[in-house]
Amino acid sequence: MRFKTGTFDAAEVVLTVRDLSVTLPETPGNPAVLKSIDVTIRAGETVCLVGESGSGKSVTSLAVMGLLPQALRVAGGSIHLQGRDLLALSRAQMRDLRAARVAMIFQEPMTALNPVLRVGDQIMEVMELHTQLSAAERRRRAIAIMEQVHLPDVDRIFRSYPHQLSGGQRQRIMIAMALVLEPALLIADEPTTALDVTTQRQILSLIDELQQKHGTAVLFITHDMGVVAEIADTVYVMKQGEIVEHGAVESLLRAPKADYTQKLLRAVPSLAPRPARAMGGDPVLRVEGLNKVYGGGGLFRKLPVAHAAKDVTFALSRGRTLGIVGESGSGKSTVARCIMRLIEPSSGRIMLDGADIAPLSRAALRPHRRKLQVVFQDPMRSLNPRWTVGESLIEGPLNYGTPRREAMAEAARLMGVVGLPEDALRRYPHQFSGGQRQRIAIARAVMMRPDVLVADEAVSALDVSVQAQVLDLLDQLQRDLGIAIVFITHDLRVAAQICDEVIVMQRGAVVEHGPAGQVLAAPAHPYTRALIEAAPGRAWDFQNFREMPEVIHAEPA
Amino acid sequence: MSGYILRRCLAVIPVMLLVAVFVFLLLRLTPGDPAAIIAGDMATPAQLERIREAMGLNDPIPVQFATWIGQLMQGDLGVSLISNTPVSIMVAERIGPTISIAVLTILMSVVISVPMGVLAAWKHRSGVDYAVMTFSVLGFSVPVFVIGYLFILIFSLRLGWFPVQGFQPISAGLRPFLSSAFLPALTLSTIYVALIARMTRANMLDVLGEDYIRTARAKGAPERRVLFRHALRNAAVPILTVIGTGFALLIGGVVVTETVFNIPGLGRLTVDAILARDYPVIQAMILLTSFLYVLVNLLIDLSYSLFDPRIRY
Repeated sequence: MRFKTGTFDAAEVVLTVRDLSVTLPETPGNPAVLKSIDVTIRAGETVCLVGESGSGKSVTSLAVMGLLPQALRVAGGSIHLQGRDLLALSRAQMRDLRAARVAMIFQEPMTALNPVLRVGDQIMEVMELHTQLSAAERRRRAIAIMEQVHLPDVDRIFRSYPHQLSGGQRQRIMIAMALVLEPALLIADEPTTALDVTTQRQILSLIDELQQKHGTAVLFITHDMGVVAEIADTVYVMKQGEIVEHGAVESLLRAPKADYTQKLLRAVPSLAPRPARAMGGDPVLRVEGLNKVYGGGGLFRKLPVAHAAKDVTFALSRGRTLGIVGESGSGKSTVARCIMRLIEPSSGRIMLDGADIAPLSRAALRPHRRKLQVVFQDPMRSLNPRWTVGESLIEGPLNYGTPRREAMAEAARLMGVVGLPEDALRRYPHQFSGGQRQRIAIARAVMMRPDVLVADEAVSALDVSVQAQVLDLLDQLQRDLGIAIVFITHDLRVAAQICDEVIVMQRGAVVEHGPAGQVLAAPAHPYTRALIEAAPGRAWDFQNFREMPEVIHAEPA
Repeated sequence: MSGYILRRCLAVIPVMLLVAVFVFLLLRLTPGDPAAIIAGDMATPAQLERIREAMGLNDPIPVQFATWIGQLMQGDLGVSLISNTPVSIMVAERIGPTISIAVLTILMSVVISVPMGVLAAWKHRSGVDYAVMTFSVLGFSVPVFVIGYLFILIFSLRLGWFPVQGFQPISAGLRPFLSSAFLPALTLSTIYVALIARMTRANMLDVLGEDYIRTARAKGAPERRVLFRHALRNAAVPILTVIGTGFALLIGGVVVTETVFNIPGLGRLTVDAILARDYPVIQAMILLTSFLYVLVNLLIDLSYSLFDPRIRY
């Protein structure tokens, strides 16, 4: 693992945050969101702010931008940008600094751009607001910065609307917008979290390249230790509004001092695949030649055909986990939805417990439904917010004729299994944390006593420590109940931790299929290799604070 | 895009045909004999029969329908049973005041309500917001005729700014028109101001929570620009829908205002025709109103893509 080793003692100090406290004045008790934190960033330096959700990373960045939500107040401390006291500035003065001296890019490139304005106009708007440049000059500079962020076909993209671009392209537009006026400080709030690993890698190296070129100071907010290992000069670890530890990246990863840092690092799932479990008996789920085709219709002429899933075949036996990995658009979710019959497969067989459910009508499918349950990525949106947890849990069994009292008793028992108090049944989803909600969603699925559980990015929205707990829970349920799990994920680390077998998908087709240990440790297909190589921090063994003992990526057999 | 517009325009034809069938059957199925109404109480059966024959009422229903549609196509809406004038002329005389007041009403409503809604959303949960919401509730709940008489009392009788009643067409000059149409339009607009302001506020609140609004602020855009350039256009589609529906409703729903302000418009024509059982006029009015509805809805649908580039046909 090669860490950055630059020293910045001689460089100009760009940002100094001293003793900064932020509180929630309208909430009873005036709770503190940031507790006197100190951060220093010098020109050319990349400072990573890491921590789990709710640790105050984003609040720190918004405080620097002067964009704190209305409910939050700065209660004390100071923020100096190139020597200027930001907290003393008027609204208008602060507005003048934004984008000109301190710029920000956000997590969700899909929603961070205005959908009704052309992206070229959105880049030029920055210059319109902060400079006296002529329209022609603004245009020239916008084109120039778009070329610097390596966008293809700049003339076309300049005139495009955000929805016509891919996620990576939109994030490049955001970066172009942020850097067009060459600000001294760039704040990047989880800028690659929503992107595929290969795109993430490109965006990270782009930020690095532009930083080298312009000497920008970068405040990089992330929860991903892999990203930290790749890009940080200095790391600040945050927990519940406090900075628990900070230091140069290598010393922090090699010899973390604070307990919390150690705990955080230990929770990072390893890229080394876990030992495979014994082969199961007869497969409970067998998918043969599954295809999903879109288009091809058309009244007068044939429309172009798109293969969302192409000839997918696999078998899964009780108590085992099959991972389907791939980037967005690879077809992994399409396969999951076809298995669930949430969308209609175009052809192929889906043998569930010996019966082909692919051609069944809605009514004929009903008795099979309970054998197949699903857990989605976002538990907040998959649990009905107006129903108590108990109602959500017993709905399925009630639909299949279980008496209410019996279902409620089972729900209470399952709350214990997933590690929640029994009175959780009377509460509503918003009263739980993300991890708790996901456990509720899992309990909801297990209520039906399914044979197969489909987990579609079920831990992707969770913090690493919570992720580890949910993965443990799935593991335990699998051992106790013998459920077979189809685990859809884009995260190779998670796949390595939970899967016995792995399918790698690209553009609808299966490119590699085999035992997890083999696919992840000795990938045969170039695409699988590219995926593994793009995984940030793959050469570092975070749990043990050292280099990976052996190189994961061996030559194909 | 142009293919879509053509298809949408063609789709108007079956809708209008359905309306025509419905209107035709409605009158044929209602109890009562138009011939008897025309002939009057003292007519002999022979006279009645002659009138029926002249009106084509003895023909089979499909033949009657075909004849009627054929006449419609030539712009012949029939002759009023009461005044004996062609219906097309009666409608032409009355449509000017109604349409001009409807347009003025919608213009006034939009100019007043959209900034109100934007302001309320921006100053969410502040005094301004509560004031706007209170006004909205009032606008919805106070009947139009009460507001009309109240405005006459204040602006015409006390202040003497506007005439109490009557109507001057635009052809008589903009000033006389505005002076006669202002109060009716203001009266009518109260409910639309309430509706559109609420709609604007709700949609702006949604949009102001979006990530790209934060981006705009991070770019250093001043609040006015954030609100009107970045937010309002994103909130426009549902607001447009309400405005369009409002305009269509206005054409048919101005009876009370026209009565209060004594304006010779379509609303009063319709009410008079219904009371007098003047079937050809009622028929023409139903056809006209539904045609305007369809037309306005078509225009709104087509205008969506002007505001939101993601909507492409």
